[in-house]
Amino acid sequence: MTGGVRLARLAPPLTLLILLGPLAFGLAGTALPALGYLPELGGTEFTTAHFSALAEVPGITRSAVLSILIGLVTTLVSLGAVAGFVASDLGTCGFARMRRMISPLLSVPHAAAAFGLAFLIAPSGMLMRLVSPWLTGYDQPPDVLIVNDPLALSMMAGLIVKEIPFLFLVTLAALPQTRHVETMRLGRSLGYGRIASFVFLLWPPLYRQIRLAVFAVVAYATSVVDVALILGPHLPATLPVRLIDWMNDPDLETRFLASAGAILQLGVTLTALLAWVGLERIGAAMVGRARNCGHRMQRDRIVRAGARMVMIASAAIVFGGIAVLALWSVSGLWQFPDALPANFSLRSWMQALPRMSGPLATTLAVAGLSTLIALVLTILCLEREYETGRGRGGGALLLIYLPLIVPQISFMFGLQVLSIWLGVDASFPALVLAHLVFVLPYVFLSLSDPWRAHDRRHDLIAAGLGMSRTRTLIRIRMPMLTRAILTAAAVGFSVSVGQYLPTVLIGAGRLTTVTTEAVALAAGGNRRVIGVYAFMQTLLPFLAFAIATGLPGLVFRNRRGLRV
Amino acid sequence: MLKSLSVLAGALTAALVLTPAAQAADPDPRDWDAVLEEARGQTVYFNAWGGSENINSYIDWAGATLKDRFGVDVVHVKLDDTANAVAKVLAEKAAGKNEGGSVDLIWINGENFASMKRQNLLMAPDWTTRLPNWAYVDHENKPTILTDFTIATDGLESPWGGAKMVFFHDIARTPADSVPNSSAELLDWAQRNPGRFSYPQPPDFIGSSFLKQVLLETITDKSKLRKPVNEARFAEDAVPLFAYLDKLHPSLWRSGKAYPQNYPDMKQKLADGELDIIFAFNPSEASAGIAAGELPDTVRSFTYDKGTLGNTHFVAIPYNAAAKAGALVLANFLISPEAQARKQDPAIWGDPTVLSMNKLSAQDRAAFDALDLGIATLKPDELGPALDEPHPDWMEHIEGEWLRRYGAAN
Repeated sequence: MTGGVRLARLAPPLTLLILLGPLAFGLAGTALPALGYLPELGGTEFTTAHFSALAEVPGITRSAVLSILIGLVTTLVSLGAVAGFVASDLGTCGFARMRRMISPLLSVPHAAAAFGLAFLIAPSGMLMRLVSPWLTGYDQPPDVLIVNDPLALSMMAGLIVKEIPFLFLVTLAALPQTRHVETMRLGRSLGYGRIASFVFLLWPPLYRQIRLAVFAVVAYATSVVDVALILGPHLPATLPVRLIDWMNDPDLETRFLASAGAILQLGVTLTALLAWVGLERIGAAMVGRARNCGHRMQRDRIVRAGARMVMIASAAIVFGGIAVLALWSVSGLWQFPDALPANFSLRSWMQALPRMSGPLATTLAVAGLSTLIALVLTILCLEREYETGRGRGGGALLLIYLPLIVPQISFMFGLQVLSIWLGVDASFPALVLAHLVFVLPYVFLSLSDPWRAHDRRHDLIAAGLGMSRTRTLIRIRMPMLTRAILTAAAVGFSVSVGQYLPTVLIGAGRLTTVTTEAVALAAGGNRRVIGVYAFMQTLLPFLAFAIATGLPGLVFRNRRGLRV
Repeated sequence: MLKSLSVLAGALTAALVLTPAAQAADPDPRDWDAVLEEARGQTVYFNAWGGSENINSYIDWAGATLKDRFGVDVVHVKLDDTANAVAKVLAEKAAGKNEGGSVDLIWINGENFASMKRQNLLMAPDWTTRLPNWAYVDHENKPTILTDFTIATDGLESPWGGAKMVFFHDIARTPADSVPNSSAELLDWAQRNPGRFSYPQPPDFIGSSFLKQVLLETITDKSKLRKPVNEARFAEDAVPLFAYLDKLHPSLWRSGKAYPQNYPDMKQKLADGELDIIFAFNPSEASAGIAAGELPDTVRSFTYDKGTLGNTHFVAIPYNAAAKAGALVLANFLISPEAQARKQDPAIWGDPTVLSMNKLSAQDRAAFDALDLGIATLKPDELGPALDEPHPDWMEHIEGEWLRRYGAAN
């Protein structure tokens, strides 16, 4: 076992460079203007004036507090639903069904799900149309504020239905590393209810493994732009939406304010994360007390039913929303309160399809390449970790998750200036690199747990048969982990497909993807066109997940042991 | 993929070949043959709002025609906000990229133009009046072609289309004789029909235009609007405007706690039955919406007898554009009688022309006369007077004050 896989030695430093380089330069490029330094706009002296100006902006405190609350509530509800569902249904048929449903759910982009939700629940939306006028008596939609409500309830709902599949997938990946079957059996045999067995025994080790993913959810929800634009409150909007407005302001001086705001966003996200750590402590203390009280909580049916309902409802909302958008994409005139369009037309598709081939090619190329690079780096990093025996937790590789936790807005503008300065903006390699910054952490997140759970004895046997480390990696380990690798690839692919901000800023509008086209067209608010693009945006990751699920069965049809 | 790779390869070669050379002189439209010669083989990155499929189709058509006739490739860079293109040019200036920039032509309006002109981000000097097709442009009778929001265009931007604020309603719900004929009557109508009218939240272009319309009708001394705001007197000058809005807001859709996103969103809300009166800056939007199956054929237009805002939208070339000759050829094509007639057809786009019918040949004029403007489009003589846009400074002040008053509290 000497030498190891040679390339693996280089992988961790290279990975960190690829991820942290853009992050560091991007943050610097944002921080300098925030402090008043941007010579081209006349800012040559350092000053805190822009932060003072930021503090004077009407409603800025409310925007910031709202963003923090959205991050915490969204994470709490979606994590609670996933935990409750796993606790109550682990091992049942329903669990297996939900497991199969998870990839299509994950492949729906946030913006598409948000549009779907908005059209379901709006006063003139699908649900109201189904019961009007025969039940409600409404010939005109009632003037009530549901979407864009000041408390951001609809926005939180939109985020929750999309974070549930993500957290569920992460939990599924972590489960095999706990002895969940035995643990639950032990709890049940001592007379504890399902929820109690889960919370007292299985949750602590499980949560430790998914903690980083939960942090990523907190950070994402505090800094999301597209969902907030569609579902979020208007007066005032959440902080990230106001940042985008300032960056887009024709008065270029507003850039300073936007940069100061981007730094505030960093603070908002950090505050939400700290608050979350506080909540973790409180939660742990509460679980400890409940455990020590000796209650077995056998009558947990209501909690279980509740968790199951949230899970099913979230799936139904996402699927229902996409179905309704698909209907819009082929609808002619469709007025309230008609439950169905008056006529159908393929006009939107006929107009959109010919124009989609270029963006589609770019989408596939960027997603394919960035996923491939991410996979290679991840596998080599994990191999290196395995060789050196340095496990999870302590290593510098934790830094891999930084791009998921630092808000995109806070470093993307700085990165854009840097890429122009280097003359690599609007170039294909720069775009792949920008996507890689976000694809790599997710691929790492998806692959590292199954990789670490792999039984080392296979490698020992291979070594005993005289195989080198490289050969063992390629001939034994990778085939046995094919399903995990393909799933990680599908996750990476869908992350790349969904990237908006990096594509717009680094692609400089010349390299467009299905997602940037969708958002540009969404500005026109035309539901038919949004339907077409949302459908395509969903289809690509869906195909990737379908391949990830179907391919292993096909490749290994003559190896029973590798089938699942 | 292949295409993007070849673009990349092309860019790399160009960078290697051109870098040592001194900055080339800008093409001069007075020597049009030289411009055409230089433009052949260039790729023009046309940065234009991409939110509307019919506009995107029109730009596709213009690009294909240019490729056919002049060997110029046109790539439509679809923006969701024009300011993004301005920001891109600024970022390039910040990075010292004073040539070979990524934006060749921008579809632009007054506020962005004022900002780019102030920051010296535009190709100078005057090129628009030297374009061959400038001969057809109606700059004598359409004053907004030479002054964009009171800022002199100085030939730094070429007119592309006219715009006028027009209101739409559905006669199936709102009888034609009940619609308002001024902002004052609109307030009255909204109070009698609570929740059935709204406007996009500023700084959306259409929403800000609504505020300007009310400002024009309520301010005591209109001449003030031609100059930048007098800081000391702004609060007083704007009293009637905000008194109006204070009265209007409780009667708005959702009581003013949420606003439509933009004009297309209002169009959707008219079709959904959420709003009864909406407005746009293009007189034939409703006809185009009916043709596209987005609006019922009972939608009609109206304006105010005393006039509504009118302006012109333009295309401009950034100072560091990589394909200036190609951009000139495209800008010139966009004001050709052929392209303008196609643009005014509601079945294609429906945007009013900037050309003078008197300057056209009989054949070109016939093409315009043959257009069917659609059931919901007012004839040019029914559109009412066009009111001039105030100085952009007013808009900034009003948007700021709007945000201070209504933007933070519910």
